[in-house]
Amino acid sequence: MTDLPAAPTPKRLGLVIDVDICVGCHACATACKEWNTGGYHAPLTDLNPYGKDASGVWFNRVHSFEFGRGADNRVVHFPKSCLHCDNAPCVTVCPTGASYKRAEDGIVLVDESLCIGCKLCSWACPYGAREFDSTEGVMKKCTLCIDRIFNENLEEIDRVPACVAVCPVNARHYGDFNDPHSSVSEMTAERGGYDLMPEMGCKPTNKYLPPRPRKFNTGDTGAPAVLEDADPAGGFLGWVDRMLSAQP
Amino acid sequence: MDSDLPPQHPERVETSPPISDEVKYTTCYMCACRCGIKVHLKDGGIRYIEGNRNHPVNKGVLCGKGASGIMQQNSPAKLTKPLKRIGERGTGEFQEIDWDEALDIATAWLARARATDPKRLAFFTGRDQSQALTSWWAQQFGTPNYAAHGGFCSVNMAAAGLYTMGSAFWEFTEPDWEHAKYFMLFGVAEDHDSNPIKIGLSQLKKRGAKIVSVNPIKTGYTAIADEWLGITPGTDGLFVMSLIHELLRAGKVDLDYLIRYTNASWLVIDNPGGADDGLFARAPDGRAHCWDRVRDAPGDPLAAGGAPALKGRFTLPDGRTAVPVFQKLAQRYSDRRYSPQAVAKITGIPDATIKRIAAELAHAAFEEEVVIDTPWTDWAGRTHDTMIGRPVSMHAMRGISAHSNGFHTCRAIHVLQILLGSIDTPGGLRYKPPYPKSLASLPKPSGRPDQVRRNHPMAGPHLGFPASPEDLLIDRDGTPERIDKAFSWDAPLAAHGLMHMVITNAWTQDPYKIETLFLYMANMAWNSAMNTDSTIKMLTDKDDTGDYKIPRIIYSDAYLSEMVMYADLILPDTTYLERWDCISLLDRPISDADAPADSIRRPVLEPDRDVRPFQSVLLDLGARLGLAGMIDEDGSPKFPGGYKDYIIHHERRPGIGMLAGWRGATGDLHGTGPENPDQVEAYIENQCFWRRELEPNQKYFKHVNIDYLKYAVKMGFVMTPEPIICQLYAEELQTFRLAAHGHGTVAVPQEHRKRIATYFDPLPFWYPPFENDVNALEDYPLHAVTQRPMAMYHSWGSQNAWLRQIHTANRLYISRPLAGKLGIADDDWVWVTSRTGRVKGQVKVMDGVNENTVWTWNAIGKRAGAWNLEPDAAESKKGFLLNSLIDELLPERESNYRYSNSDPITGQAAWYDLRVRVEKAPAGAEESEPRYPAFKIPPGIPARPQINRTGAAFRAARERLKKGGRS
Amino acid sequence: MHPAYSLIFFTTASGLGYGLLALMGFFAALGLMPADRVFGFAGFAVALGLVTLGLLSSTLHLGHPERAWRAVTQWKSSWLSREGVMAIVTYIPAGLFALGWLFFETLGGFWILAAVATAVCCALTVYCTAMIYASIAAVPRWHHPLVPPGYLIFALATGALALDALLRVFGHPRLEVSALAALAVIAALVVKLLYWRSVDNAPARADADSATGLANSGVPGGIVRLLDPPHVEKNYLQTEMGYKVARKHAAKLRRMTVLFAFLVPLVLVALTTVLPAGAAAAASVTAAAAGAFGIVLERWLFFAEAQHVVMLYYGERAI
Ligand SMILES: Nc1nc2c(c(=O)[nH]1)N[C@H]1C(S)=C(S)[C@@H](COP(=O)(O)OP(=O)(O)OC[C@H]3O[C@@H](n4cnc5c(=O)[nH]c(N)nc54)[C@H](O)[C@@H]3O)O[C@H]1N2
Ligand SMILES: Nc1nc2c(c(=O)[nH]1)N[C@H]1C(S)=C(S)[C@@H](COP(=O)(O)OP(=O)(O)OC[C@H]3O[C@@H](n4cnc5c(=O)[nH]c(N)nc54)[C@H](O)[C@@H]3O)O[C@H]1N2
Ligand code: SF4
Ligand code: SF4
Ligand code: SF4
Ligand code: SF4
Ligand code: SF4
Ligand SMILES: [Mo]
Repeated sequence: MTDLPAAPTPKRLGLVIDVDICVGCHACATACKEWNTGGYHAPLTDLNPYGKDASGVWFNRVHSFEFGRGADNRVVHFPKSCLHCDNAPCVTVCPTGASYKRAEDGIVLVDESLCIGCKLCSWACPYGAREFDSTEGVMKKCTLCIDRIFNENLEEIDRVPACVAVCPVNARHYGDFNDPHSSVSEMTAERGGYDLMPEMGCKPTNKYLPPRPRKFNTGDTGAPAVLEDADPAGGFLGWVDRMLSAQP
Repeated sequence: MDSDLPPQHPERVETSPPISDEVKYTTCYMCACRCGIKVHLKDGGIRYIEGNRNHPVNKGVLCGKGASGIMQQNSPAKLTKPLKRIGERGTGEFQEIDWDEALDIATAWLARARATDPKRLAFFTGRDQSQALTSWWAQQFGTPNYAAHGGFCSVNMAAAGLYTMGSAFWEFTEPDWEHAKYFMLFGVAEDHDSNPIKIGLSQLKKRGAKIVSVNPIKTGYTAIADEWLGITPGTDGLFVMSLIHELLRAGKVDLDYLIRYTNASWLVIDNPGGADDGLFARAPDGRAHCWDRVRDAPGDPLAAGGAPALKGRFTLPDGRTAVPVFQKLAQRYSDRRYSPQAVAKITGIPDATIKRIAAELAHAAFEEEVVIDTPWTDWAGRTHDTMIGRPVSMHAMRGISAHSNGFHTCRAIHVLQILLGSIDTPGGLRYKPPYPKSLASLPKPSGRPDQVRRNHPMAGPHLGFPASPEDLLIDRDGTPERIDKAFSWDAPLAAHGLMHMVITNAWTQDPYKIETLFLYMANMAWNSAMNTDSTIKMLTDKDDTGDYKIPRIIYSDAYLSEMVMYADLILPDTTYLERWDCISLLDRPISDADAPADSIRRPVLEPDRDVRPFQSVLLDLGARLGLAGMIDEDGSPKFPGGYKDYIIHHERRPGIGMLAGWRGATGDLHGTGPENPDQVEAYIENQCFWRRELEPNQKYFKHVNIDYLKYAVKMGFVMTPEPIICQLYAEELQTFRLAAHGHGTVAVPQEHRKRIATYFDPLPFWYPPFENDVNALEDYPLHAVTQRPMAMYHSWGSQNAWLRQIHTANRLYISRPLAGKLGIADDDWVWVTSRTGRVKGQVKVMDGVNENTVWTWNAIGKRAGAWNLEPDAAESKKGFLLNSLIDELLPERESNYRYSNSDPITGQAAWYDLRVRVEKAPAGAEESEPRYPAFKIPPGIPARPQINRTGAAFRAARERLKKGGRS
Repeated sequence: MHPAYSLIFFTTASGLGYGLLALMGFFAALGLMPADRVFGFAGFAVALGLVTLGLLSSTLHLGHPERAWRAVTQWKSSWLSREGVMAIVTYIPAGLFALGWLFFETLGGFWILAAVATAVCCALTVYCTAMIYASIAAVPRWHHPLVPPGYLIFALATGALALDALLRVFGHPRLEVSALAALAVIAALVVKLLYWRSVDNAPARADADSATGLANSGVPGGIVRLLDPPHVEKNYLQTEMGYKVARKHAAKLRRMTVLFAFLVPLVLVALTTVLPAGAAAAASVTAAAAGAFGIVLERWLFFAEAQHVVMLYYGERAI
């Protein structure tokens, strides 16, 4: 059970997140909370919601980072949720079998009815994707919206994670990484999608698309560095004359 | 599922739980973007709110706020019953009263004002989207003192646009996201078109179009731009004029476009000192002249086949001399003053960069033109077999608008777009129907002395667009007629009023004393006040008789805001999920460039409190006051069904009502037509919105496209199919200038002359923001601005348990070099001081900000006790507002009169002119300043939950069902 | 990492308990234990008492203590599960061992097997406990080869000190035990010093650049730094895994650890060899107490000094 499935699972479902176009609007974070607080892991409890030191269970959180200096300085918005790792330490450390990776599609879940709330999985996860609900005494986490993506009560096209459906800049994509022709596989190949903290050896399923190189140098758009004078002799208005008299 | 896969976990996940018992479509109102939403209702509550994929505004997506709708509905700060103040203002001591009493009180106060002098009522509305109703109501009441929030928001954009191209950045245009190849964003963090802009930016990124963001701060949209120009606040005008300088130098302008669709060729009389100096040379029929190069005689610029001159100096038959607009323009911007070298230092943008951007603009516009194979016909009957586009698009908002030079700066941006020939061409900036509208077709402001009479409605609408001093709302000696001094010499083109001046003027009783201040949906005692501290003093100040200087304040809010605490009578409103609303073509519609569109909000939940929708309350008050249009002949209420009735039955002009869709008895008319009793049901069937796509040949060049213009007449958008010619040169401004020079019928009081003569320049020019020259710059070396947080709507998101976790408190962001200079590090506490006040906050150091600019998120700081937050919540312990630093008045200048801290033309509040200095705070309490005493929580407000388990019930129900199912 | 007192108490108490139990078994097997009921009872009481209390306290920090039994089901993959299993299994040989000693007053024949089995089980249990931490790669200071030996040797040292004390209190001083205690303490000191030196000089396992993948995403650009956290106030991850102890404070605690866990016990044990019985007994009891206290400090530092790589997403540069 908390052995990992005999990898590779037939499907590897996960997300691609494009930090090149993420504007940091937090929609994926709140939509996630809104869907999931009534879903599989309901509720996503908030403590002291209207007071001091408010804190809550969120499956998806949007950080902002800066990197580079001078002209290369970038501000990057960086959403992070469970990466549904192939080699998920959060699963193998679990003493009860509550934490598991689905054999069919690789989704990593917590079966609350088995969870004793020892928090060990949250220690084991390098990415901070595990959320302890202290009022319920159990661990909760991103389910990849398992109660949406297969949900027959939803229209086909709505069977995607809430965070993907909501993203106004379409920076989040969902699909099967085992299928080389899935949009997620293709994007990852094309844009050089990468793993977070590969040195941790978790083999995350989710991939991040790096910021694209930006056009801010001369020639990047094909334009010259500076415009030529219209009419060195007669000046601009002289040029206007020429242009107009050229007209019928 | 496939069980042969070892090892299998025993959990049987319910992958297809039923989601909702019912889905209701309506319109989001967590902000003014008005996205379409699907509200999933289960077991009588909201299970989930998602975007409506079919909706033209958001196409299925939501923003962080919209996706937190559940928690807005669950807010413990919702007002629950009408309140009457029993303690002093600002203490929070209220008594619950029932609606009859509340309405009786309000009616008595209002009736008295109306019977004595309607001016004694000032009715101002904030974030609402029912201005079609509220302005009409105020007009029927008869007070000239009505406006909405536009004056402190973006009137510079609205006015500059409408005086230049018959539309505006402010909601009435959109970039051609589909075709633009080069996009410039000026001073935008989020804007009203929240989701459309996000969707559009992502389209641009996918197509590899270049995005340039001109903004002192690099976050959000700017963070994903290709190029960041970290401009010095208040200097965009110079930057843009320098781009124009470069384009002119290189002859990179669209001459055909200029000749056909702009007033470039119109002749401007050159008669220094004369009464006609700077006005257009006009034919007897009033049409402006151009000079026909071929016939070498005055011509009609609007006649096809003419050959208008763009340069030269011509003697008119009557002997006067005149020059084409274009020559004046070229001469101004060719001046060395606007060369990249000259502006680089002030703007903080290197001259090489300015030159390169100009070259890139020209390249995109003229080397990469977009051609759409759709023939179209211009107003002169010339048929063009393709639509040739200049794929350079721009959008600008409050970074431009919230400065005292914003009107001219915004005009300059439009001039740049026009020179490139990109207005409503493929890839450029596109008009959203019902715009464009010519200035002449827009109303003039009403409220002159002769228009305001006891117990009488006012002839026309309050807000309009003066074409000359004759249209101002002033009395013979030039005294303002309106309490906010809009359309007076203080702010002649104040097309949205000056809401930010109402409290100050009412308190100083200048121009006169008012009796009742009636506010709706505006947190004027806090984040929409300039100078919050003094505003609070003015709201609580008393005269020697012991009465408040502002005698009565009626306020409608839905939540326990700071403003509630300063009102005498509270009319609690419903939430956006509990009422009817109407987003009308008569107001700020949801149209896009391809189609006019409007929409409604319909109640998806019954209020569980004793609250009423404000619009219905307003109509009720109107009926009680016997206002025309709100009662029948027999004096009974005309709209017994409240706002819903009004939406269906009210007509502005015959055939033109609040909603354009499904009109006529059978509901098959669109645009204009008789009312349809089942119209609202038709909207509900159609997911609460109406949208009618234009024909392909109507989609571009709308201002001069005869097929579009005819259609616009048919739809009632405009009266005549006259072309809407872009006004590079704004003659209207010149009329004011002439008045200042002593010409014309309206005399400009001496003290205002210099100011009017200076700023009413018919061609855009740049001047430093006023704060720059009223301050000793060495005392206040830094610029301070705010930004909209994407996940917070002004003050009203802090009651939302989810959104407030994202922005519980705000930091003061400062640049790394500046931090170094001031010896300040991350998390340090600092004092920020302006000429007006000082605030204390905590610092975050960043690289992506203009070195001389500090900034913070807007409206995060809260007054302790407001919004039903714990008094020691971080919003009030660590959060702060910049507002206390921003004076609503300029220091005494000409003739020791204090003008408002606004644009001299439009009266737009100049929030971002603010100059400050920053000092490390001596070690002490790690708390923000200023601190205010906490409010008492009024009766009826529920205890705030200590734990939020929203959604738990749905799971419990599911599990009960499962068990039930098993046994 | 947040130093949870229940865990600190559990690991030290059970360490000491298993150490003591193991050594009773070990020396019994060597025939060096007096088959004295009273002493035996005291020994088992202390050892099993601490072990049991420790286990109970470790369930205190669970969200669902009533489901604690489930924790033994995943022994195939989870060290926590294995620890649970071993803890329970250990009671069986330990019970037999105690039975022989306390009822039949014999430490010979079959009962020896029980004694040996007990010793082995104790060692395995402590090893499992150690591996719970050592297996967590996300906490570099735990994921370290010296952690399991550390746990074992500390258990041995505290156990030996306790056994030495008990023997003296009940009048059966045994030089071999005192000697072993001294050696174990020295060994423990060496392991701890090596561990500290190693972790203090270890290169970071990960940094904000690799955590976000930004700096090495092909785009020119240097060090990644946090601009804004996802939420203004601390969340679960930050309170559970963001605990940070001030360097100065940590250094002080390390010195105290060395003093109480190692130096004081060493000196006292040495003294016991020269002091008269009474004083020696007192000295050895003090030594055991000091040792135990020292290990509590050591354990607190073990948590407090350990940083979790998730903090790289919350402003830490490198961990
Ligand atoms: N999420 C959210 N959305 C909102 C709102 C909200 O509160 N929250 N408010 C709504 C309202 S009322 C309005 S008016 C709109 C306003 O929408 P925006 O125009 O986006 O308003 P601001 O956040 O004030 O953005 C001003 C931007 O201009 C920049 N700026 C400041 N000074 C200058 C300058 O001199 N030059 C340039 N180039 N840039 C400058 C600032 O850094 C900031 O990025 O947003 C609407 N949408
Ligand atoms: N420093 C600084 N100050 C600024 C700005 C800035 O950029 N910087 N921006 C300015 C601008 S552009 C604007 S538009 C203003 C906005 O400032 P405000 O107009 O004050 O906007 P809000 O803070 O949203 O306040 C709106 C009020 O409406 C109430 N409300 C919300 N929903 C409803 C409802 O359904 N019914 C009723 N009756 N009431 C409701 C809220 O509770 C709140 O009290 O702020 C201005 N102030
Ligand atoms: S919704 Fe999209 S844009 Fe907004 S934060 Fe999430 S990923 Fe970024
Ligand atoms: S991200 Fe963390 S919780 Fe998710 S699978 Fe990987 S290790 Fe487990
Ligand atoms: S907290 Fe729950 S899921 Fe996590 S390891 Fe412990 S038992 Fe397993
Ligand atoms: S997949 Fe679902 S659960 Fe996971 S982050 Fe996205 S919305 Fe949240
Ligand atoms: S932008 Fe967001 S808050 Fe505004 S209407 Fe759209 S979804 Fe609602
Ligand atoms: Mo605004």
